[in-house]
Amino acid sequence: MEKDKPLLKVENVGIRFGGLRAVSDVNIELYPGEMAGLIGPNGAGKTTFFNMLTGVYVPTEGQIVLNGKKLNNLPPYKITRNGISRTFQNIRLFGELSVIDNVKVAYHSQAKHTLFSSIFRLPPHFAGEREMEEKATEFLKIFSLDRFKHEKAKNLPYGQQRRLEIARALAANPKLLLLDEPAAGMNPHETRELMNLIAFIRERFDLTVLLIEHDMPLVMGVCERIFVLDHGQLIAEGSPAEIKNNPKVIEAYLGEEVS
Amino acid sequence: MAVFKQAKFFWSSIVVSLVLFAVVQFMITGGMLNLFYVNTLVFIAINIILAVSLHLIIGITGQFSIGHAGFLAVGAYASGIITMKLELPFISALVVGGLVAALAGFIIGFPSLRLKGDYLAIATLGFGEIVRILFLNMDYVGGASGMQVNHLTTWPWVFVCMLVAILVIVNFTNSTHGRACISIREDETAADAMGINTTYYKVMAFVIGAFFAGVAGGLYAHNFYIIQPSNFGFLKSFDILIFVVLGGLGSLSGSVIAAILLTVISTFLQDYPETRMIIYSLVLIVVMLYRPQGLMGTKEITSVFSRSQKVKGGKKDGKGQTVA
Repeated sequence: MEKDKPLLKVENVGIRFGGLRAVSDVNIELYPGEMAGLIGPNGAGKTTFFNMLTGVYVPTEGQIVLNGKKLNNLPPYKITRNGISRTFQNIRLFGELSVIDNVKVAYHSQAKHTLFSSIFRLPPHFAGEREMEEKATEFLKIFSLDRFKHEKAKNLPYGQQRRLEIARALAANPKLLLLDEPAAGMNPHETRELMNLIAFIRERFDLTVLLIEHDMPLVMGVCERIFVLDHGQLIAEGSPAEIKNNPKVIEAYLGEEVS
Repeated sequence: MAVFKQAKFFWSSIVVSLVLFAVVQFMITGGMLNLFYVNTLVFIAINIILAVSLHLIIGITGQFSIGHAGFLAVGAYASGIITMKLELPFISALVVGGLVAALAGFIIGFPSLRLKGDYLAIATLGFGEIVRILFLNMDYVGGASGMQVNHLTTWPWVFVCMLVAILVIVNFTNSTHGRACISIREDETAADAMGINTTYYKVMAFVIGAFFAGVAGGLYAHNFYIIQPSNFGFLKSFDILIFVVLGGLGSLSGSVIAAILLTVISTFLQDYPETRMIIYSLVLIVVMLYRPQGLMGTKEITSVFSRSQKVKGGKKDGKGQTVA
């Protein structure tokens, strides 16, 4: 991958729901290995933007290009296979499945054994399942979740559920990881752990990360570049220091009376 | 290691079930079971096939379908046509019955599985009624007066079909493909975001479920001398649905147990026709009051027996359950 070529190119993207323009005319470029944040007041369209990137919504305008490939009209599962993986604002684990099975679901699209071999229990089934089991176990060790391996995901403590959701998203082997409010509902201690985790996975998996977050110390602490969305429009873009002093951003967050 | 244990478990459960089969067969040939009991056993097995096939659709994949009698009817009529009109052997009738039902499952599943929850339930209910009305107006298969069918269903046939149905569904469930289906049940949006082709797996579960319902239809048809569209009304769909819900959504052994239990109860209540439905309904109400999660919850009988081993991974014990 060339470092100077953008990994993700979002051009004039917008979406309307009937008469409502939720997001309009957003241009974003993300470079390989970058750690970027997306902030903005409630209802600014951040999650809608994520949903467009991952194919949950189809943008009505503009285009999304990942690594030279246009993603606009692909269904979510194909976008994931093309290298964008995400977590959700409200945790969406597979609660009744065990921790390790949650990770295995993410491996599913890489599985080599067919439905036929599984139903008839042919050797490829056993080989494939064994490989998945080993891979998933190794993977959980990296996130020190292996001690919960056979727990149901819904029985994990909140912080660990967040951790598992990030692990599961990474198991899908993305080039771009989208984190939707990963620190929501966490106490300061958990948030600190999360920051370390994010820094760690970025090193280890050679990732590009885009995260939505309301926790400003976290965003300012880990992100190199920040995009600010307000009323569905990109109002600012720059380093944390630039964003902090940007009058438009201050206005969006605090209203005009501050100035 | 866990996978290895699974293989051992798989073979030991097959051995146990074959022993069970041999014992019953021995009792039948030895004349120890009269026709009434044999017939009840055949009924139980057919209901188990129906229960596990619907379990795959509702319990595993989470698609609330209540038109299962439609697939049963398609299989019954298709197999009836094969043996009576085309005079082909019974085995081909069962296979064709299954395949035609699977095709119906595909045709119905592909458009309607975009719907969720209540809407899907209504769509599948509509499908079941359409099938019934179609057969009612089809003179080729006798219309309302029904279709004459030979009595061909015997204990070995139903047993083999039941065993195959359970094995296929258990093997499907305990693989990456089954996990994909469960992930759809748990959270479809997240499954999609994890790279699971949700439409493909929903249709797949629907088709496999419909196939076995069709096979059950073939067995069901050839257990009587006549099949009529009125046998396949929506009440039949609800009977099957009750097996799955009462057994515990997501538990295959639960739906098997519920199928056995309810078939036995309703068979023995036939002696009291005036109170039959009242007692049957009371049983359902009592179970739902005291076990709202169903008889087994989401657990399988295997995990109840090997709770201590489960922590280390893998199911171990084969006792207490014949085939699953």
